[in-house]
Amino acid sequence: MQFAFTEDQLLFRDTVRDLLANECKPEAVRAAWQNSTGRVPGLWDKLVDMGVAALTAPEAAGGMGMNEVDLVLLQEEAGRAALPEVLIEHTAVALPLLAELGESAWLAKAAAGEVIVGVGVGSPYVLYADQADVLLLVHEDEVHAVPAADVKLTAQRSVDYSRRLFSVAWTPSDATLLAKGPAAQQAVVDACDRGALAAAAQCVGIAQTLIEVTVDYVGQREQFGKVVGSYQAVKHQVANALLATEFARPLAHVAAYAVANSTPHRGRDVSLAKAAASDAVDKAARMALQCHGAIGYTFEYDLHLWMKRGWALAASWGDASFHRDRIGRSLGI
Amino acid sequence: MDLTFTEAEESFRHDIRSWLQQHVPAKSLRSMDTADGFEQHRGWEKELHADRWSVVSWPEKYGGRDCTLIEWLIFEEEYYRCGAPGRVSANGVTLLGPTIFGFGTEEQKDRFLPKMASGEEIWAQGWSEPNAGSDLAGLKTKAVRDGDHFVVNGQKTWCSRGAFADWIFCIFRTDPEAQRHKGLTYFLVPADTPGMERNPVGRLDGEPGFAELFFEDASVHESMILGGEGQGWNVAMATASSERGLNLRSPGRFMAPAERAVELFQRMSEARDERVGGVDPTLRDQIIRNWMNAQAYRWFTFSTASRLMGGGHMGPEASLMKVFWSEMDVEIHATALRLAGAQGELMGDAPDAVDDGTWMDGYQFALSGPIYAGTNEIQRNIIAERVLGLPR
Repeated sequence: MQFAFTEDQLLFRDTVRDLLANECKPEAVRAAWQNSTGRVPGLWDKLVDMGVAALTAPEAAGGMGMNEVDLVLLQEEAGRAALPEVLIEHTAVALPLLAELGESAWLAKAAAGEVIVGVGVGSPYVLYADQADVLLLVHEDEVHAVPAADVKLTAQRSVDYSRRLFSVAWTPSDATLLAKGPAAQQAVVDACDRGALAAAAQCVGIAQTLIEVTVDYVGQREQFGKVVGSYQAVKHQVANALLATEFARPLAHVAAYAVANSTPHRGRDVSLAKAAASDAVDKAARMALQCHGAIGYTFEYDLHLWMKRGWALAASWGDASFHRDRIGRSLGI
Repeated sequence: MDLTFTEAEESFRHDIRSWLQQHVPAKSLRSMDTADGFEQHRGWEKELHADRWSVVSWPEKYGGRDCTLIEWLIFEEEYYRCGAPGRVSANGVTLLGPTIFGFGTEEQKDRFLPKMASGEEIWAQGWSEPNAGSDLAGLKTKAVRDGDHFVVNGQKTWCSRGAFADWIFCIFRTDPEAQRHKGLTYFLVPADTPGMERNPVGRLDGEPGFAELFFEDASVHESMILGGEGQGWNVAMATASSERGLNLRSPGRFMAPAERAVELFQRMSEARDERVGGVDPTLRDQIIRNWMNAQAYRWFTFSTASRLMGGGHMGPEASLMKVFWSEMDVEIHATALRLAGAQGELMGDAPDAVDDGTWMDGYQFALSGPIYAGTNEIQRNIIAERVLGLPR
């Protein structure tokens, strides 16, 4: 039992943190809310160059050949910065799914950063489907890889304006079929677990930022002649959000280990992480808004960038209730 | 990162599990807070000690097995999973013991640790006073030097195990001029000290779980000072960190009842006894939440243990742990009592009692958690101020 990350893993996290601190400032996220892609121009290419985008692709396919334990800390960073990207869909879900199903053509291009793979697994809506070159879609017990030209997209506007969601109309065909039957179904379950794990880690990161910006704000804002952060009513709210976040964090790390090592309980471990992280980010978002007061309730102030991402990810890839129910069934109740 | 247990760790788990299967008494012991129950529990401590299971993480020289923190956590999981008796020696082996390792002289270690490990000397904690609870630095009981002795006058209260313990670890004010955290000294006091009287006080469950201690010109030798005269606050904070963090309340203590509550839900759902009504299906979600919390606490603790084994130190994040385990413990038992419905109030000897009334016993015990070792309100202040840096 050695529950700790390696120096290399922590160093990689710090490198990504530094990149996002420069390239994904709140004003960049805000600009992405208003631009045509919903993403920060040029940033994905930098993540490709750093090896982040194709971290999980096998080395044989041109990826880094790393696993979920390496990725989980980077997902936390993505959450901290509210990075508007496909790091869950493309990196955490699509690359391992293509590899698991033995697909190689799209995988090589995706690992090289030449194409973006959209993911319609685990959700009726595909994030950034308008910018994907190919979409992984499920029909009954089949997984299909459908070129962008063969789908019809209908935009579904999200409360988080950077999240460009689409419902996808398409027709399954032999040409697009990747796999079918029990192996394909298991691959879909694994894909959903990878997505839920990555979303859980991002939720933890978002919650952390919500707590940090609140601590900064209530440490400066004065009312009744005192800094509001010196009042116990405020302190205890922040402490409660920190409790929820810090006890969700190790669960995300355990789930990453379980998925990376395909342990028998990996599904339950992922559900533990996602249920706890969804609740933590919801709690942190409510706390942050309440402790900011009216300024936090404005569109001009940055707080809602993290709040809304938190709402979206808490409900994506299975919300807390879904995952608690799954845990209950695994316990026989 | 490697979250599997090593062969050595698995073999350790196997050893303690088989030992417990052979030794745990079939009939539960009387409450440790009764005169005969206390001695029964002392007997159990001696049995543990005879096979070196009483203080597994201590050095062999003092009766332990030099176990790692991870192995100790495994010990605790197995211990509570099989329903072994509560540890009457807990104040000694989990609070004072680590403090003596940190601050004691070699003479003190040799004098106190072996008998603490064997159950020959059971310890109680004498810190709180009628007017110094969470605000420990406000304590007033005085110890005035007289040659190589100190003369103690004052009163201590809420002294758990104090009614029957052999020794008590106390904090007294040795410098009456010094304010608050200064001028305090940590003393090891024999329970038969002339001039010290103790009165048992009934706890919420009616058993004499507390004692009040009255000191009237009680004399304590200077060799009983732990960590130096005037150093009491620093020494006490080391003990408090053990009390709030991973020493006193290991995850095994909560995983066991959280898992038993899952079984209780299954049992109560199947029984559907018409006299008491069916099971509220919404309780399922709360049962799952409690089980999840026990898992979260388990993994938080393994992560902390790995950090400490890598040379890290326990800081104010011990307060995060204290709030989490104490509130989880209350929820686990409160949910089980709601499952028991009308049977929840029945005590162990009632014919219809659920699980021998242990959920109500556990609930009453759990309710002390958010209060002792610094109330959870104080812990949340510590989290906000010392972990997050908010102004006092």
